[in-house]
Amino acid sequence: MIVTFLMSAIAIGTVLLFGCIGETITEKAGHLNLGIPGIMCTGTVGGCLFVSLYMNSLENPEGASWIALILSSLFGAFLFASLTGAIYAVITITFRCNQNITGLAITIFGNGLTQFLMHSYVDKSNFSTAGKIIAQSLPFTEGSGGVVKVLFGHGFYVYFAIFIALIATFIFNRTKVGLNLRAIGENTATADAMGVNITLYKYVAILVGSGIAGFGGVFYIMDYVKGSWENASTIEAFGWLAIALVIFTLWKPNISIIGSYLFGALYIAAFVFGNISFSEREILKMLPYVITIIVLIVTSMMNKKENQPPQNLGLNYFREER
Amino acid sequence: MKKNKSIQKEPFVRIVKRDNIKLPKIILIYSIAIVGGLLLSGLISVLFSEKGIGDFFQSLFTGAFGSERKFWLLLQDTSLLLGTSMALLPAFKMKFWNLGGNGQILVSCLSAIACMFYLGGKVSDSVIILLMFFASVIAGALWAVIPAIFKAKFNTNESLFTLMMNYIATGLVSLCITIWVKSGSGVLAPIAYGNIPEIGNKYLLPIILFVLITVFMYIYLRSAKHGYEISVVGESINTAKYVGIKVDKVIIRTMLLSGAIAGLVGFILAGSINHTISTASANNMGFTGIMATWLASFNPLLIMLTSFFITFISKGMVEVRKTFMFTNDSISNIVVGIVYFAIIICSFFINYKLVFRKKEKEEIKK
Repeated sequence: MIVTFLMSAIAIGTVLLFGCIGETITEKAGHLNLGIPGIMCTGTVGGCLFVSLYMNSLENPEGASWIALILSSLFGAFLFASLTGAIYAVITITFRCNQNITGLAITIFGNGLTQFLMHSYVDKSNFSTAGKIIAQSLPFTEGSGGVVKVLFGHGFYVYFAIFIALIATFIFNRTKVGLNLRAIGENTATADAMGVNITLYKYVAILVGSGIAGFGGVFYIMDYVKGSWENASTIEAFGWLAIALVIFTLWKPNISIIGSYLFGALYIAAFVFGNISFSEREILKMLPYVITIIVLIVTSMMNKKENQPPQNLGLNYFREER
Repeated sequence: MKKNKSIQKEPFVRIVKRDNIKLPKIILIYSIAIVGGLLLSGLISVLFSEKGIGDFFQSLFTGAFGSERKFWLLLQDTSLLLGTSMALLPAFKMKFWNLGGNGQILVSCLSAIACMFYLGGKVSDSVIILLMFFASVIAGALWAVIPAIFKAKFNTNESLFTLMMNYIATGLVSLCITIWVKSGSGVLAPIAYGNIPEIGNKYLLPIILFVLITVFMYIYLRSAKHGYEISVVGESINTAKYVGIKVDKVIIRTMLLSGAIAGLVGFILAGSINHTISTASANNMGFTGIMATWLASFNPLLIMLTSFFITFISKGMVEVRKTFMFTNDSISNIVVGIVYFAIIICSFFINYKLVFRKKEKEEIKK
């Protein structure tokens, strides 16, 4: 029971973690991307599309190779998600339009596109086979239980998410690229005066951030629910939670690993514990949002500089404007 | 100086901020965007089906204006969206990014439904309606003022705060439904008590109410001292402080008003239209209202147009979906998204203009 609970918490946490890292990267560049829920959706359909193309190219789908499935799902998800992110990037960076509005439009569009393509144009017949192969864990964890299973019993994506989170932390805190990126988010004009190529940094940050967020959805479909598809709104809801998580983790990807598992636990608690009433379940489901609000309030009350959102978050930059 | 040669060359195209733009040009830019966006959406729909582009526009219009009932529904939904936009407008004018419209509508709707549920049959309908009115307006105002207080006192990020408040509101609705609906179906049957009486026909009340609110808001923002204070706070908080405006007070007062109007939308939804509630009762108007408000560049009279246009598309797409035999409603989200993109990009061409590099010959002539 407790093992299943922790396993599911980590799995849901991983979906959120991908979204959270992606959103953190774009927010570090000063762009509040409310399109992340939509981008996670399109990432899902991209990954699923490439998996289905690969599966259909095989004569015997049972014999699909693990590495090819992982690569095709990663590639598809990254491609579609960053393409959707590119729409956001062009509209907000080049055209300097309002980020909140553009993000909301991206979410509406991404949800619709995903629902549409998944419903009619993605062949889902081999998904359960593909899902099983993608979700494969290390051989020695088969049949083991307890701590070993919780720590090592997951598929590739779970560890990949942790890896990306650590890499992102390293880049933010220890490299010049990260320093420049943070400078852009804090004060774009200063970064520009420093000679940083603002447009390039912003584009790369949004494209990469969106691509990473896209992994979340495909992980959920392929690994966690093993290839079944209901509708895009589940993934959209994860996207909004991921945005909440960015605040919760104070824009720090390494904290977000723990934070996302905690959110995952809160989210899944409502479903795992069978002996609670429906109304208690509803209250549990509200908890992640309440906690996020509390964190938001506490961090703004403490007013510590390192825990604040990037100062220029949500503002577009036009050099000739003061 | 060799190095500077590449810098001296003028870029092929550069962006310049416009100082002023004339109204006909604004209208032209918007028309191009709307027609372009619709054409693109039509082409996409055609691409995925066997129908032609003519069918797309035909069903778009029949879906919105096809029958008397459809037309009234179009007006009713437009008025609801208008009401929501009027709730969001003062907040946006103040640069307070209230993304919590959905939540504010939902809690107020929920409070109204709670009055109907608990008092229905016990006291007379007029008393219930009165209580519903106060309950929903207060609930909406409360839901909006909580983030505002923290914004005013601690500068807490309001867009994220209000966003989270939406989810708590949704959670409260599901919670109440599980408590109220004993069968466990999760669907609350329409309640027969506390229904607001019809005037004329059943669509007219919201239309009149929200047009009146729009007129009020127009005067409030344009001619009242409060409206002036809102725009100063929106332009520059430092200026506001300098001229002696109490910024905290303005933020809290404005959000109380904003939430109260959202509360009215919830009141109408509960009492006059749905008589029940679900987590989707707000119909995502909190977000579409943002679109309507922003696309109209915060002008209350233009918001009438934009909210009509947005409702027109969503109604029309229902018909398009039927004609084109798309099995799910996602195509309308795609179309709405594309049209939004087109209109959002308009704001760029209104605020900035592109200056292309002149040919060298011309330069010499000069």
